[in-house]
Order: sequence, then C-alpha cells, then structure tokens
Amino acid sequence: MLLALLCAVYAAFVALTAARRDGHGKWLVSARNAAIAPWPLLTISCIILIYLIVNDHFQVAYVASVSSRAMPWYLKVTALWGGQSGSLLFWAWLMSTYTALVMFRDWRREIDMQPYVIATTMLTLAFFVGLNVFVENPFLRLWQLPTGNLITALQSPAESWATLFTPADGQGLNPLLRHPGMIIHPPMLYLGFVGFVVPFSFAISALVVRRKDDTWIRVTRRWTLVAWLFLSLGLLLGGRWAYDVLGWGGYWGWDPVEIAAFMPWLTSTAFLHSVIIQEKRGMFKQWNMILIILTYALVIFGTFLTRSGVLSSVHAFAQSAIGPLFFLFIGTTLSISLILLFRGWDHLRSEHVLSSWLSREGLFLLNNLLFMGILAACFWGVIFPLVSELVTGQKVTVGPPYYERTTGPQFAALLLLMGVAPLAAWRMTTVRRLGSAIRKPTAISLLIPIVALALGVDQWAAVLALWLTALVFCVTVYEFYRGAQARSISTGEHLIRAVWAMAARNRRRYGGYVIHLGVVFMALGIIGVEMFQTETQGSLTYGEDIALGPYVMRYDSLDQFSTEDGRVVARATVSLYKNGQPVAELHPRRDYYVRSGQPMTISGVHSTLAGDFYVMLVEWKSINSEGATFKIYLNPLVNWLWAGGIVFILGTLVAAWPDQREFHGYKLTPHPDVGVGGGVA
Amino acid sequence: MTLMGEAKGRAAGTPKGTIPTLTNLNASFSYRPLLVLVVLIVVTLRPASAVANSHEPTDDEVNAIAKQLYCPVCENVPLDACGTQACAQWRATIYDKLTAGWDGARIKLYFADQYGVRVLAQPPASGFNVLLWLIPPLMLTAGLFFTLRFVQYVHHPRSTSVQDDAETDPDEGYRARWESELERWQ
Repeated sequence: MLLALLCAVYAAFVALTAARRDGHGKWLVSARNAAIAPWPLLTISCIILIYLIVNDHFQVAYVASVSSRAMPWYLKVTALWGGQSGSLLFWAWLMSTYTALVMFRDWRREIDMQPYVIATTMLTLAFFVGLNVFVENPFLRLWQLPTGNLITALQSPAESWATLFTPADGQGLNPLLRHPGMIIHPPMLYLGFVGFVVPFSFAISALVVRRKDDTWIRVTRRWTLVAWLFLSLGLLLGGRWAYDVLGWGGYWGWDPVEIAAFMPWLTSTAFLHSVIIQEKRGMFKQWNMILIILTYALVIFGTFLTRSGVLSSVHAFAQSAIGPLFFLFIGTTLSISLILLFRGWDHLRSEHVLSSWLSREGLFLLNNLLFMGILAACFWGVIFPLVSELVTGQKVTVGPPYYERTTGPQFAALLLLMGVAPLAAWRMTTVRRLGSAIRKPTAISLLIPIVALALGVDQWAAVLALWLTALVFCVTVYEFYRGAQARSISTGEHLIRAVWAMAARNRRRYGGYVIHLGVVFMALGIIGVEMFQTETQGSLTYGEDIALGPYVMRYDSLDQFSTEDGRVVARATVSLYKNGQPVAELHPRRDYYVRSGQPMTISGVHSTLAGDFYVMLVEWKSINSEGATFKIYLNPLVNWLWAGGIVFILGTLVAAWPDQREFHGYKLTPHPDVGVGGGVA
Repeated sequence: MTLMGEAKGRAAGTPKGTIPTLTNLNASFSYRPLLVLVVLIVVTLRPASAVANSHEPTDDEVNAIAKQLYCPVCENVPLDACGTQACAQWRATIYDKLTAGWDGARIKLYFADQYGVRVLAQPPASGFNVLLWLIPPLMLTAGLFFTLRFVQYVHHPRSTSVQDDAETDPDEGYRARWESELERWQ
C-alpha cells in the first residue's frame, strides 16, 4: 500500500511536470507507468488481506473484527469490504483498476489532456491509499501489553514488551451483511462511485487545457455510462437487500446513506441527458461541467457521510474518525474545480441558442431542473438534522414523509417529461406537431386511469401516477413502432427485423428508450408499494389463521435450533391459501446471532407478478405455548420494480455498447481547435 | 364503527318531522320531549364512552402510531420495524396509552417530551423547522428563475448561426426520411 501511495504521488507530480515542460515525452511516459503501478500493488494487498481473512489470522485486528471461524469461505471473501479499513482498500483497488484501464487507452488524440487526467486520478487515489496507510490500515496486528491491554500496530511497539495476541475466534461479519445480496451490492456501488472519477478527471483536464470542444464528453461517454450502470445496480441491489433483510416490508427507507448514494445518481442522470445536448447542439457546456463536478463532489460527500458517523443510519457499520479528512478533501477538490471552472467560463459558452422551450433541448433542460430540484430536497433533508443541531441544539429526524412530499411531485413531473420529450424535435417544434405526435399514445394511455377508476382506485395521486407511467410506456413503444414501421416500408424488412436493425443503428437512442421502459416498470412497482401496500399483524397459536386481502395464512409450527455459524434460529412454518386454495408453504424466521447479540428477520415471501405476500416472524414465545406474532404485508406490483431494474440494466448495456458506425464508416476529422483528430463526424 | 359512533348515528337518525322545533316547543309549553331526548342521548352515550375507554388496541393500531416514531437508540429505524427489546417496550407503551384512551397525536407528543423531538418521523413544522419545508420549493423556484434568465441570455447570443439538425445529428436525417416515408404511406 505504501508503494502504491508513493507511485500515485509520483505519477501526479511527474504528470504535472510533464505538462509544465510542454513536452509529452519521457516525463509523461514515466507518469503513465507510475499511474498503472498502483493496480498490481493494491491487487497484491487485497489478495494478502483475503488470504489472512480466509485462513483465520485473527492476530490481524481487521480480520478479528469482521470474520470468524464459523463463517463460510465466500462470506470471508466479502469481509474484505465488511469493515472500514478493508472497504477503503477495496475502494482504492477499484479506483486503481479504473485508472490503469484509462492509461491503457489510445491517447494520441487527447495527449494534451493526459497529464491532468493522470494528476487528477492519482491525487484522488493517493488520498484513499493515504487513508489506508496512515489512518485505517487493515494490516495492523493485535499486541498485548504486560498490563493486559490490547493495542494495534504493524510491528511490536518499541520497549513495551508487548506480545502478539491471537484471539481464539473473530467477532464475525455484521449479520446484516451476510445476505447474498451483500456479496455484490457494495462492489457495484463502489464501482459506480469510483467510476465517476474518470469523467471528472477528463472534465478537469478540459478545463485546464481550455478545450472548447466536447472531446472530454465523447471520450468519457462510455465510462460515464458504465459508472452509472454500476451505481444503478448498486442502488437496486441495496433495495433488494433492504427488502429481504431489514424487515420493514419495503425497499427504500430514505435513510441518509441511501440518499447519499442516490444523490450522485441524480446528478449523473441529469448529466447523461444534458451531454446529449452538448454533443448535438454544442449547448450547456458550462452546465455539464457543473454537473460532473457536482457528481464527483457528491460521491466523496456520500463516502464521507457513510464513514464519518455524523448521521444516524442503518448503514453505520463502517464509522471512524476519518470524517474530517474527507471534509478537507471535498473542500479542496471542490474549490480547485470551481476555480478552474470560473477561469474557463467564457471558453465554455454555448455554440447555439435555445430557440424554444418546446424543443428536445428545452425539455431536457426542464428535466435537468427537476433532477436538481430533487437533489436539493434530498441534500437539504440529509443535512437538516446537522444544521438544526448546530443552530438550535435540537436533534431532529427527517424521515420518509418529508422526502415523499418534496420529491413526489417532481418525480411525477419527470415522468411527464419522459413521455413528452422523446417526441419533441431538436431546435423547435410546434404545439400542433407535438400534439399530433402525442395524440395516439395519450389516447391509449388514458385507458389505464379509466380502468383504475373502474376498479375502485380512489386516490387521485395513484390514478395520476398510473396514467403517467402508461403515457411513458405508450410513447416509448410508439417511438419504436413508428421508426420500425417507417424503416420497414422503406427497406421492405419485416417489422421485427426493422426494430432490431433500427436499434442496432442507434443503440444510444433505443438503449435509452429501453431504459425508459425499465423506469416505467420500476415506477409501477413503486406505485404499488407506496400507494396500495396493506399490512396487518396478529398473534396466532398453532392452527389459527389470519387474513389479509385475498390470502389466508395458517400458522402450522415453529422450530428452534442452533446452527454451526453461531445462530439460534426460530423458524415458523405457515400455509398460505388464496380463495380457499393452498398456494404456498412459507418459512419466516428470526436469526439471533449469539456472539454479537443481534437479531435478524428473514421474511417468508410468496411472489407473483401481481405482488408479494410478505410475512415476518415478529416475535415468538416458548415453543410449548405454540404462540407467535406475525406481521404481514401485501406489496402489490413490487416485482415489477425488480423486473424493471433488469430491463433498466439491459437498456444501459444496449446504450453503452458501441454503435456499428463507430467501427465502420465514420472518418476521424481534424479538430478545429487543437489541430489533431478528435470526435466523429 | 365504534359503539359511540353507532349511538350518534341512531341519535341523528330520528325520523324527519318528529324532531321538536323551537316553534312547536313554545306552542306546546312542554319541555318533556327535549328532556327525554337529552336523557336518551346521555344514557346512550355513557356505555359507549365506557367501551371506548376499555377498547383493547389491535397490533395494527399500535403499529400505525409506531410507524410515525423513530427509535432514539437504534440507527434510523422506525419503531414498528425495530426488533430490539427497547423498541418492543416502547410499542408496549403505545399499547398501554391507547388502552388508556389516548389518541395518536397525544402519544407522539408524550414520546417527544420523553425522548426529544428526534423520535418523530418528521420534526414539528414550527420555528426553525419551518425551513425544512420552505427551502426545497424555494430552491426549485430559484432554479426556475435562473433557468429563465439563462434562456433570455441565450436569446441574444454572439453567434447567430444555427446549424441544421441534419448536420448536427446524422441520425436526424435518417429519421426525417422515415417520417416522410411514413407520411407518404399514410
């Protein structure tokens, strides 16, 4: 780790020296090689730490805190990111992977930007590796002093006569982190967070070298999409983990750390929309710079929130005193970024004008405004408890009601824009033309609220939300149909083949539409749970039943047993009937981790496309009393949320996949400003 | 519906025309029917109130209030979903208060008095906390204002040349051909 830190610092300073000397020769090659070096070094560090965890080397303090002998090997591997110092090392390793990959790309067309990309990425990496080396070192060992006290140090403290201490067993991984979803949730989230360092570093480079063109956006488009994909996956898996493990029947609790991961997603989503305008129309260059700087700052801010312990959160399993260092780092990077931005402000003026609000770019601008509105509400909600305590000395909680009320209408407006914007032309469209384009999908979409009203849905917000999702769905499908039909007529292709060929020709656009379809399905799931969830709770004895909606659940038995990994499990068996017919046997259970004294609730779920029957064992009495209390939720449409997530991910993959024309048929043309090849035309 | 509600329903459901009005009361010089009505109401309501006070709350009623409270010890977990012993005790307190006839607002006030306002899922909308609700719409309005200003600004650009869509986006030309094909076909 120390070598990786030295390499990162060396790479940053040599890269800046190379830029100052105006030569891209040996200095830059040396900086590039030094920027690659942290990856193998940190890979070795990670492998050593995993080796120590898997082989129960409890003399290492980190291993003793996150692992235990009873844990299966795959959970021991995930313990690499189960605590503060290990997750920081993992984070640094992922970042070194990204930066090494960036270094291996073909730099000939952006050689003037390379020194600053190296400097930005390496200084960020140096910060994280520095934390690992000096503050949160995962390789510190346990030493017992003659007084019996334990201390942690790499080597035996001089003149203290301390002896190496090896506990008989470790404390084990936090029970909440033992869910299969946790094997991939943190890596996905980290890959998303860390990935935004790449577009940020290119943006900073563009500001330093004062490039007016959109090279940095074109170069980093795929990097941004990949980071966004991982961040989206991380959020989705986090939701699934919460649904399965946290035991409140929901997937999103507006927890500060959830919001900390959601905020960079908001700015990056706004960025992904806004860069299209810069690429197509040469507009919003300043705004795109602000968005990517904001995304990077929010990534670091989110990490700061998770690890500083300044806010109460269910994710508070990795706290330490590194908060102030993060705070300092955010302040420094944000200040430098803003200075560079204002210095290059005039260079980033738009090439074209916004001719009309009723245009693709005008509606995209409104889309960005709404994303920023949601961001502002989230950010204010997260920091308000801190502000309140500072100003009034009073601790407050800002829970779901605030977020639902402040962001709900804005999400609805975003859905409306998703329905309208794809039909608007660039530059300008007329109300008549837009109305003509949207008439058919709107007419079809109105069937959904009519059906909802006929079925007795009396919440106007639910009816409106259902109509908006239907509108987006109809517009998106209509866009596919319209394009495929036109292509089919002009080429004679079959309609389905025309859809395929059309999507292959412009994967970015149609990948985006698939993402919109994913959002529609996810929105359905969210509407189902948020507006139609029902719940009940009751205590039953053997043979008794409880009803909720069309379901009747009978309590059959309760088993209690101990497991090899240190759990005492209480597992109920219940039979589920729908309209008098048996449909499933479920096994809700509570696991009690004896060593940590922590209970965990594992629900029993009967899933269909219509929704989930979700039952939890709230508490149990002695098996002799045959009594147990169950909490039951009916979560309508919730599985559309997970299915929509998969569609969303597929759409992102389609959008990120290179277009055929990027391989064939497009010539590189000299860039007007820098005189070297850049961009496709 | 509670027994009290049913009693009220019965009292209000007296057949039209038989309710003594001020005019016919004065005409008959007799307050007996009114007295009978008052006595009937009092007698009818008394057992209903007694039943309401002794009403045994269901788990769902307890959870409906617990959902709006946060455990001050656990990390950001609503009281209805918290599995710790302390939270179970607080849910039992809610049960006791409901049994004693307290309503949800009074119970929340009790918990806020005992453990501070941080136990409330949202801070009371008074004093400094008003800012919590004011800032988001103000920020959105400010954003809209600046966006409108920005749009006014770009209406007077230094450059007046606007490229054709087909030049800026090769795909637009292809799409335009589709559109014309479609119109021709229709």
